[in-house]
Amino acid sequence: MRSRLALLAASCAAFMMAAPPAFAQKSGGTLRMSHRDNPPSASIHEESTISVNQPFMAVFNNLVFFDPKQKVNSPDHIVPELAESWSYNADNTQLTFKLRQGVKWHDGKPFTSADVKCTWDSLAGHAPEDKSIIRKNPRKLWYANLKEVKTNGDFEVTFVLGRPQPSFLTMLAGGYSPVYACHVPDRVMRSKPIGTGPFKMVDFKRNESIKLVKNPDYWNKGKPYLDAIEWKIVPNRSTRLLGFQSGEFDMTFDSDVTFPLLKDVKASKPDAVCEARPTNVSSNLLVNRDKEPFNNPDIRKAMVLALDLPAFNEILFQGHALYGAAMLPPPDGFWGMPKDMLPTLLGYSPDRKKSLAEAQELMKKAGYGPDKPLKIKVATRNIAIYRDPAVILIDQLKQIYIEGELDPIDTTVWYAKVQRGDYQVGMNLTGVGIDDPDVNFYENYFSTSDRNYSRYKNPEVDKLIDAQSAEQDREKRKKMVWQIEKILADDVARPIMNYNVGNTCWDPKVKGILLQVNSIYNGWRFDEAWLDK
Amino acid sequence: MGSYLVRRFLLMVLTLFGMSILIFVMLRLVPGNIADILVDASGADPRDKARIARELGIDRPIAEQYVSWIGGLSRGDLGFAYVSERPAIEEIAPRIPISAKLAAMAVVISVVLGVPFGVISAVKQNSSLDYFLRVISLSGLSLPSFWLGLLVLMAAVHWFGTIPIFDSNSRGFWDEVGMLALPALTVGFRSSALIMRLTRSSMLEVLRQDYVRTARSKGASNASVNYDHALRNALLPVVTIIGIEAAFLVGGLIVTETVFNIPGVARFLVEAILWRDYPIVQNLVMLIAFVVVMVNFLVDMAYMALDPRIKFAD
Repeated sequence: MRSRLALLAASCAAFMMAAPPAFAQKSGGTLRMSHRDNPPSASIHEESTISVNQPFMAVFNNLVFFDPKQKVNSPDHIVPELAESWSYNADNTQLTFKLRQGVKWHDGKPFTSADVKCTWDSLAGHAPEDKSIIRKNPRKLWYANLKEVKTNGDFEVTFVLGRPQPSFLTMLAGGYSPVYACHVPDRVMRSKPIGTGPFKMVDFKRNESIKLVKNPDYWNKGKPYLDAIEWKIVPNRSTRLLGFQSGEFDMTFDSDVTFPLLKDVKASKPDAVCEARPTNVSSNLLVNRDKEPFNNPDIRKAMVLALDLPAFNEILFQGHALYGAAMLPPPDGFWGMPKDMLPTLLGYSPDRKKSLAEAQELMKKAGYGPDKPLKIKVATRNIAIYRDPAVILIDQLKQIYIEGELDPIDTTVWYAKVQRGDYQVGMNLTGVGIDDPDVNFYENYFSTSDRNYSRYKNPEVDKLIDAQSAEQDREKRKKMVWQIEKILADDVARPIMNYNVGNTCWDPKVKGILLQVNSIYNGWRFDEAWLDK
Repeated sequence: MGSYLVRRFLLMVLTLFGMSILIFVMLRLVPGNIADILVDASGADPRDKARIARELGIDRPIAEQYVSWIGGLSRGDLGFAYVSERPAIEEIAPRIPISAKLAAMAVVISVVLGVPFGVISAVKQNSSLDYFLRVISLSGLSLPSFWLGLLVLMAAVHWFGTIPIFDSNSRGFWDEVGMLALPALTVGFRSSALIMRLTRSSMLEVLRQDYVRTARSKGASNASVNYDHALRNALLPVVTIIGIEAAFLVGGLIVTETVFNIPGVARFLVEAILWRDYPIVQNLVMLIAFVVVMVNFLVDMAYMALDPRIKFAD
């Protein structure tokens, strides 16, 4: 008996030593957050902004999820959520999930495979209009390869793909892929969504606040630790940060603290925990190759050669931004080409003088010079983060005899305008929801995409995009991705100035927050967060 | 008097009718509508636009939309907000008291500060106190409200370690006063500067009138001359300005509401315009127009009380 007790005591001691954090979390308390603007709706599937993902992801679950304990979203870091396991068939065209049993929606109804089917039938555009659970569908392109969703009983579901697509599972793991409840109308999902997630929606007061409370019936027993999360919508950044400094908020909105502001925050709240991380949002140049004289490849090439990327970085990010090609560069990015390859791309040469001289020659060859400048309009969205790089761009283009005039476009018409190709040159910001080539390439560079704003059409690149998408060998796929990145850079498809880096700060009592470094859209379940007070 | 009131009422109705047409047409002349914004901003399929436009009824002829709106208004139905998809009245109604309370507090502050200091400044013309008050009033007019608001917030953080974050679930009267005090002070400071300068110049003009000189020669005290004889007459233009300010404060506090994070009418209106949320914009603008028209009417009535010589002829 004594030896059994000793064994039990030793086991307990060993367990406690092996897993001390499990005992560290404290339950209870309300996490008070500031929000930068009024989310357009609460329906993640209908929106494309962090303003929706950050507050509302905690209401939902996915089938699978990027491991919240890992900094990098990658195919190796995918963990189960509403699916307990998954497997592919022999030719990798059928992905089958065994679903978790006993999970309930926040209104008490049971979660079944029918919910998964109707969610992805709607997303892939297979559901009839009156059966669709979404009103608009920004990510239809993601599911172009999804042919059918089949259920086998209440707890098994199979995604039938047109061809093998290893990124499919990755796309299901992102913040933009929650499972919706079939029985809840789309209008309700936009204002007071029902999910299976760790927090239930209590209230969404537009222009004022969002309140979530702990889901006591959460399938992941013991979680979440917080009793509630309260968001206050504060559109003015100065007021938001003053609120954080004065202790009204426990945490800032994601990447809300710019590098110049970081000094103020640290000065007035020295104990604040602040972390800088890449947002996977790039500043990029749009050149409309359908419009004269930009149909001349020499002019496009000259524009890229004239770009002084370090100047953008120093002025806008105090040198903290990252340089990369079409994909976020490593080590933060999973797929981007290695740093030592970058100088081989057009526009990335360290010899600025030589690049500039070459650019000037190209412009002269095209018929422009100091006495005959090319006059253009540089269109951009009329908000500071777009306008600021546009102004720098205009200044840099002067060196190659291009006289740019800023054309600030109201947000409400900006996307429609660039989509129509109603611009000459534009300054744009592009956020990538999931650090995966399929998500980025099909959306921004594929010939038939509506969001291929620079109207870049290259059948060779389209073929390569399809080929890398079907490639199972990850190393081979990476090499194909780098090849595509090189072609895109050399073809001036959408030159990347830099990848933005932003700071997020929180009070030291807030624990269990881990910011992922290759996407801002995926790590906001808040079921690991707790307050040490 | 009776027929004046009837004429005045009819004029008010006509003004509001004109406003309704103006805002309805202008709103639709602005490029883009809610369907464009919803679809474009999220990068959704452009083909979704037509369906959303049909669902919301914005694909109907403008005249039909106008008749439908006015018909609804006459029945007390303001329609559905496009963005929140809730009845517009449920979106608008909670914001009116917030802006009204803020405006009322700001008007009280501006009158309490502006009128007495304006009188003192006029009575003590060219004294050091007059110069001091004039500098203060000039600063009130020239400091941009966003800058002053932020300064006030920074001071609150520095001295009190906190800032007032608006919470609609306030715990009573004093809680609300505490939340709105700083923004009301910021707005009231600017308005009081205007009122003070107007009171001063109006008082100076009246103090030079013959009847004031007569009152002094008859041996009336300074206080009696200044307050009983001069101030009442000097207040006529001041009341007009107070009325205009009060009407402006109900719907024009966009900067203050943004800096102090108050979910009032002005911030909501600007956001609704950006989203082309027609039912919200139309109804809010009509509400603001109604307030302006009513305040003007009340100011006219106040003239009669202040100056018995004024009669509104039938």
